[in-house]
Amino acid sequence: MSDKKVSILSVIGFGIVSAVLYTLLYIYSGDLEQASQLVQKGEKIYFLVPIAIAFVFSYIHGTFTDRFWAALGLTAKK
Amino acid sequence: MEALQAINFIDLTWVNVTSLIVVGFIAGMVSGFIGSGGAFVLTPAMMSFGAPGIVAVASNMAHKFPKALVAAIKRNKYGQVDVKLGIIMGIFAEAGVLIGKNFMTDIRKDFGDVGTDLYVSAVFVVVLAIVGGFVMRDAMRGKKTDAANNGVEQKHEAGKIAKWVQSVHIPGTMMYFKSMDAKVSVLFIAPLGFATGLLAASIAVGGFIGVPAMIYILGVPAVMATATELVVAFVMGMGGSMLYAFDGFVDIRLAMLILAGSLFGVQIGAIGTTYVKEYVVKYVMGSIMLIVLVSRLIKLPVYLDQMDWIAPLSADLTRTLDVVSFTTLILALVVGALSILVALIKGIAEHKQQHEKFVDVGASD
Repeated sequence: MSDKKVSILSVIGFGIVSAVLYTLLYIYSGDLEQASQLVQKGEKIYFLVPIAIAFVFSYIHGTFTDRFWAALGLTAKK
Repeated sequence: MEALQAINFIDLTWVNVTSLIVVGFIAGMVSGFIGSGGAFVLTPAMMSFGAPGIVAVASNMAHKFPKALVAAIKRNKYGQVDVKLGIIMGIFAEAGVLIGKNFMTDIRKDFGDVGTDLYVSAVFVVVLAIVGGFVMRDAMRGKKTDAANNGVEQKHEAGKIAKWVQSVHIPGTMMYFKSMDAKVSVLFIAPLGFATGLLAASIAVGGFIGVPAMIYILGVPAVMATATELVVAFVMGMGGSMLYAFDGFVDIRLAMLILAGSLFGVQIGAIGTTYVKEYVVKYVMGSIMLIVLVSRLIKLPVYLDQMDWIAPLSADLTRTLDVVSFTTLILALVVGALSILVALIKGIAEHKQQHEKFVDVGASD
């Protein structure tokens, strides 16, 4: 398989995973709001929820966007 | 905590979602290019959608640190990041975040959400006026010098203050930094980091202090300062997000929606820095700062009225000020995005021309 094909496949792969993550974020939107309220009520352990979500999204969506522009030919000056 | 009012998270309507993604994309482009700054558009934008000031700042911070991580890794590949300086400044910034965050919580306790709105806007106006004006003046000088040198890029030279800072030797505190190619006392870096964190916890854009401080006080080249700021933003952003999350102020839905657009933008902004000259980075930074200043200035009377600190404004005047303030904010976004895109397109075209010339000369040889 050529490099170009692999890179396009990886763009699509990361794009799909990213879309799934955002769908889950939408579905569990109410629960996330509730987690914040629980933190306010004293159940402090839930503060980890937004931090963990931020890390997962940054890796998946970050890789997707990086490869997306590279696949379109937008790269840094060499 | 019991004394605090319940936090109002905004409704995720399609208009809000689409706007946050679009605003995130453009602000991400600005962040990737000038190291920070998405927040000076995003915080007021979230507040315009109805998020209280403290939730806007907290959620912005939660989107900023993953974005800064992605951008820092990318710009480190271009050799623009001074990781050591970024981490040290970031650690001191963390202390500033801690103090600044407690200050925000106290304001909210005493004056409610409108109190935080007023405080955030007032800090924006003061910081943007001083630093924005300074950066803009320096950018104009840089353009003149560039024209005088027929566009040939000059070797970076530290300013007077930076030269003095680099000349001070305090035993036991000196460290070498590759971005300055000099040893500097950590005692100079500590207050700069602290001020960056203090500002970041208040208005979520510590970079408005951090980047100019690195350029003018430490003597770091502008492109490296904006890249190193991303490390500072990551270190303190993560700490700050944890602090705000510990009190339940982070609306992660808002944060991730902005991230959806901003990570696309951040990549373009970061790539853009490899094609432009120093003064262009300053120009973009200065012009955006000054336009946002006008936007916040227009909105101040509305918050003062809500606090009953001035004579009541008519409903019509309040509405007009809201619209004009928001339109000015959009203008800042458009100007920032267009400047970066124009700089990027011009840079790519020039690079191609030079490359073709080089190939032609090589072929004729």
